Amino acid sequence: MSTVSTTSAADGQLRPLVPPSPVTLRINGQDHTLQLAPWTSLLDALREYAGLTGTKKGCDHGQCGACTVLVDGKRINSCLTLAVLQEGADITTIEGLGSEHALHPLQQAFIDHDAFQCGYCTPGQICSAQGLINEGKAQTEDEIRELMSGNVCRCGAYVGILAAVKEVVDAKR
Amino acid sequence: MSTDSNTKYVGKAPSRVEGPLKVTGQAKYSAEFSVPDLVYGYVVSSPVAKGKIRKIHADKILALPGVIQVFSHENVPTLAWFDRSYKDDVAPGGSPFRPLHDDEIKFSQQPVALVVAETFELARYAASVLEIEYEQEKHATDVEALREKGQEPGSGKTGYKPPVRRGNADKGLSKAEHRIKQEYIHGTQHHNPMEIFGATVHYHPDGKLTVYDKTQGVYNCQQYLKKVFGLSADKARVVNLFMGGGFGAGLRPQYELFLSVLAALELKRSIRLSLTRQQMFSLGHRPHTVQTVELGTGPGGELLGLKHKAVHETSRFEEYTENVVNWSGMLYQCPDVHLEYEVVPLDVFTPLDMRAPGAATGSIGLEVAMDEMAYEAGIDPLEFRRRNYADRDQNEDKPFSSKKLREVYDEGARRFGWDQRKMEPRSMREGNKLVGWGMAGGVWDASMQKAAAKASITADGKLTVSSAAGENGTGTYTVMTQIAAETLGLPMEAVTAKLGDTTLPEAPVQGGSWTAATVGSAVKSVCEALGEKLLKLAQKMDDSPLKGAKPEDVEFVNGLIRLRKEPRQSVVLRDVLQVSGEREIEADSSVMPNPLNMQKYSMHAHNAVFVEVQVDEDLGTIHVTRVVNVVAAGRIINQKTARSQVLGSVVWGISMALMEETVMDHRYGRYMNHNYAEYHVPVNADVRDIEVHFVEEEDPHVNPLGVKGIGEVGLLGVAAAITNAVYHATGKRVRSLPLTIDKLL
Amino acid sequence: MNPFTLTRAASVDAAVRDFSGHEAAAYIGGGTNLLDLMKENVAHPQHLVGLNKLPLSSIESTTGGGLRLGATATNADTAWHAEVQQRYPLLSQAILAGASPQLRNMATNAGNLMQRTRCYYFYDTATPCNKREPGSGCAAIGGYNRIHAILGTSDSCIATHPSDMCVALAALEAVVQVQGPDGSRQIKFEDFHRLPEDAPERDNTLQAGELITSIDLPAQGFAENFAYLKLRDRQSYAFALVSVAVGLELDGNTIKEARLALGGVAHKPWRDKAAEHLLKGQPATEATFRKAAEAVLKEAKGQGTNDFKIELAKRAIVRALTQAAAGEQKASDVFTNSNP
Repeated sequence: MSTVSTTSAADGQLRPLVPPSPVTLRINGQDHTLQLAPWTSLLDALREYAGLTGTKKGCDHGQCGACTVLVDGKRINSCLTLAVLQEGADITTIEGLGSEHALHPLQQAFIDHDAFQCGYCTPGQICSAQGLINEGKAQTEDEIRELMSGNVCRCGAYVGILAAVKEVVDAKR
Repeated sequence: MSTDSNTKYVGKAPSRVEGPLKVTGQAKYSAEFSVPDLVYGYVVSSPVAKGKIRKIHADKILALPGVIQVFSHENVPTLAWFDRSYKDDVAPGGSPFRPLHDDEIKFSQQPVALVVAETFELARYAASVLEIEYEQEKHATDVEALREKGQEPGSGKTGYKPPVRRGNADKGLSKAEHRIKQEYIHGTQHHNPMEIFGATVHYHPDGKLTVYDKTQGVYNCQQYLKKVFGLSADKARVVNLFMGGGFGAGLRPQYELFLSVLAALELKRSIRLSLTRQQMFSLGHRPHTVQTVELGTGPGGELLGLKHKAVHETSRFEEYTENVVNWSGMLYQCPDVHLEYEVVPLDVFTPLDMRAPGAATGSIGLEVAMDEMAYEAGIDPLEFRRRNYADRDQNEDKPFSSKKLREVYDEGARRFGWDQRKMEPRSMREGNKLVGWGMAGGVWDASMQKAAAKASITADGKLTVSSAAGENGTGTYTVMTQIAAETLGLPMEAVTAKLGDTTLPEAPVQGGSWTAATVGSAVKSVCEALGEKLLKLAQKMDDSPLKGAKPEDVEFVNGLIRLRKEPRQSVVLRDVLQVSGEREIEADSSVMPNPLNMQKYSMHAHNAVFVEVQVDEDLGTIHVTRVVNVVAAGRIINQKTARSQVLGSVVWGISMALMEETVMDHRYGRYMNHNYAEYHVPVNADVRDIEVHFVEEEDPHVNPLGVKGIGEVGLLGVAAAITNAVYHATGKRVRSLPLTIDKLL
Repeated sequence: MNPFTLTRAASVDAAVRDFSGHEAAAYIGGGTNLLDLMKENVAHPQHLVGLNKLPLSSIESTTGGGLRLGATATNADTAWHAEVQQRYPLLSQAILAGASPQLRNMATNAGNLMQRTRCYYFYDTATPCNKREPGSGCAAIGGYNRIHAILGTSDSCIATHPSDMCVALAALEAVVQVQGPDGSRQIKFEDFHRLPEDAPERDNTLQAGELITSIDLPAQGFAENFAYLKLRDRQSYAFALVSVAVGLELDGNTIKEARLALGGVAHKPWRDKAAEHLLKGQPATEATFRKAAEAVLKEAKGQGTNDFKIELAKRAIVRALTQAAAGEQKASDVFTNSNP
């Protein structure tokens, strides 16, 4: 038997807290001024401070893609950037792509091809697909598969996701 | 209900009714409900696998402004005492784990404290600097090393069937011309649904709670809260409108439920608690299993004897069981069968049913062994299975309520082109790659549970059907909507399905592939009950052409109630509602399985999977290039969502076969790849062509809908078929999954 | 994650000054690895110097005919840059074999060099790790070390460097430009990352406060005969078990110049100059490649669950050299190349 004394943090030292200050984020074309400390990720800022829960937390470590949003048109993992670092950027979330009664073509294609089951990875998949389209690098099925591989779907809806993205990519050609 | 050729919705392929909510980010998952004045929780997990907590130094972090409380065994209030209070509907035998109950550490990553603070970030930080002293004790976690300590379980959970024995397997085997005996192993797996486990508890001013929890059973969670915290039903409403994947992980109340409710009650505040992905490796798992299979055949390739033994771990405090070996006694005809099943108690958390529990495991052992046996006997693997076709369930000595496995074999072989296969391993190539074709299959219970439902229709013709089932991606909302629309002759747009809320009629946990059969039957029944009320109202109308008609004499079609025999004699449903003067008409109903049929018949779904792999032999890489999965599962209510479930099952099978494994370092008794970067599941690039086909199977006995369920059967045989295909490609038989690069070198 | 302050620097000088003026400071570019490690309680900076406003994101030609990759240019912008794709397809494809499109859109070139190991024990504060907590011991030795090093290990650490990009940069003989409190200097790529020896907490040879400003590629890009081969546990979005970067210059069937570097096998991108020397002047045949492969792995040492990597690395080297010699991988085939 041995005794261990632990904290999760390696040094276990208490550090002074850093107070929040106003941070203005441009989300879906609208400015949101939020009281944020530097340690708030863009993902948590969206979900817990701006009330935009369409962006999902699946791992919080850049390992699943559920938190994918578009920043200045480029897809990123919102869990691995700090909100304060995105001041001045143009952030688009799933809520900004389309709405229930005015679906974006990708949203419609995802429904048509049943490209999801539980739906939790879906906003990230769709934002990622929009990023893929913006990049313009993927045309063939294999290219789409590879460039959609940063979005894990545990339900395994990849066949439908491929079909949905391909349909919209083809329509844009 | 009429046959599918006469239906408008049932058996067709409508898109998911909740699709627009999901693709726009408007579907609300448990940790997303907006509640005023939330505080946030963060769980502290044990770094040791066994021992005692000596001291929790909470004072230091409680001094941080914004940190509200640290809950641990040191300050948890007195709660229910007896084990039975902590037992949920699907608990195995033994003593359920009680979070923060005492100072004892029973497994690595055990929750030992809950830190509550004004923000998520602060709770996370405070948790990271919370100092805890442990007395570490020696642990044992290695099932392979301790397999000899296995014992046949005495209790187990509901549905557990002790291993079957018939005839004399050794004697049967001794008569065999060809025999094989092999051992098969696969590692631990974790469900890892995409949504992180979490809960939002709304503490209302009157002290009532609304608990949004990630669960596959809101009633199961409510029962738990009632018993553990002594809450009345009206004080603990549990809600789950959407679940971001379950696969079994949410069958039992998980510790985020206990902890968040505890904190809400103690602090009298609303709280949000999300676990981390890493902590989700402490919620139960598919156990690491060692199987031994022995088969022997006679001159015609007939099975003369079969032995199948499985050993896996359970926790020290609960006796987790799954049906691993019994399928081997019923999938093929065999007179002499000896099945054995043992569990080894270890210092781990209790395993937890994970998609097709038991069968997914057992079908690897049996179906790889069947392939090995086919090769030993020199018979094509599919032909070998046909020769040993079981027309009767020998385990229970009953006829099947229906079984179209022969048609499944035919259809699968035809679609795949199995007749082009060369038997000899290493005989097929494409470019510099070896090509292999393999097949396997499986069987899964067709179950139904007791459930209730409610239906109400308003004067404008809008129908609402409700039952507290779950929607975790399987399509429950859609199936409920289809059945209701079909039964009352309404357009799907006029129907709203409600589920996942303990204010609705009770339904069982979402599992076992029984939801469509169970909740579907309840919805059908309640709509029929509502239909009878509507008929009575219609008959009260002046000059009603339906006067004197009995419920079975009429049908509901296209917004009309009409006589079956004289369809032109009809009334418009909406007129009935308007003339009646009622604002809303309601009906309640509940259903349960037919015990007579259950006694008379063995009820099962079957499948067969055909797989092509390409192997780069030098580098050990395997690509699954083509899969055909054919399923016979009774009536398919929704072709689109059912196909998606089987597509997903194939992805799960690829995962099991090639990459998925939680690896424990037994020196620490700790899972080391407990994150989504190193616990590998397939990504888009891993998945190529998958074809799904459902064989038509009418089953009048299984339940009123003829539904067998498809959430699990599609997974069976996939991993075995891939393993068999890799053998066919390379001549190398790997008996330890996952089949990673190193195993083929 | 502990609390920290953050400033966004407007110039390199300001960034270096800001860093020096704070205790326990760290630079943050894309943040993809640093924030990950901060959430895991592995990294504890108290002040972050934000780099994403620095004018270091360009990719431009150098006077020597090479190419200068800005430190804060993203991995994606670098991989898809026309000149990188045409002149340095090995680099382009190595980058695209790593991480995911989202991460490549965030991760910077300098950050790619600075990323830390994926060792399970380094990431899990419940276990000892000399890299995370010097002197606590190495749990990977004698533990689950499937993803660990087989070359250049020490008794105190068997971690690997996880980058794909850096394997190509090692083969291409890149030069790292840095600026620090004491001025600027350049570091040869082979000298940038270090072996663990008895100080595994140090991944590289940067001095405190030094900031990478660019990564310079020499003119020679091996655009005709190259290969990047990556072996991993799934088809995409996984770290390399073994990866191989090869650049060849051929004269007919004779190897005039060879570059060979491995990923996933050591604490740093493992370039083997002796093996390169064995290839030079030899015919591009399987026998030559085998000899080189044997030479690279001669000193290799398995740690138990990673023993397979020794044989896998040999085969991967032979395959990559074969592909490079045949000119099988093309600059235009961006996706399918690296994945056998």
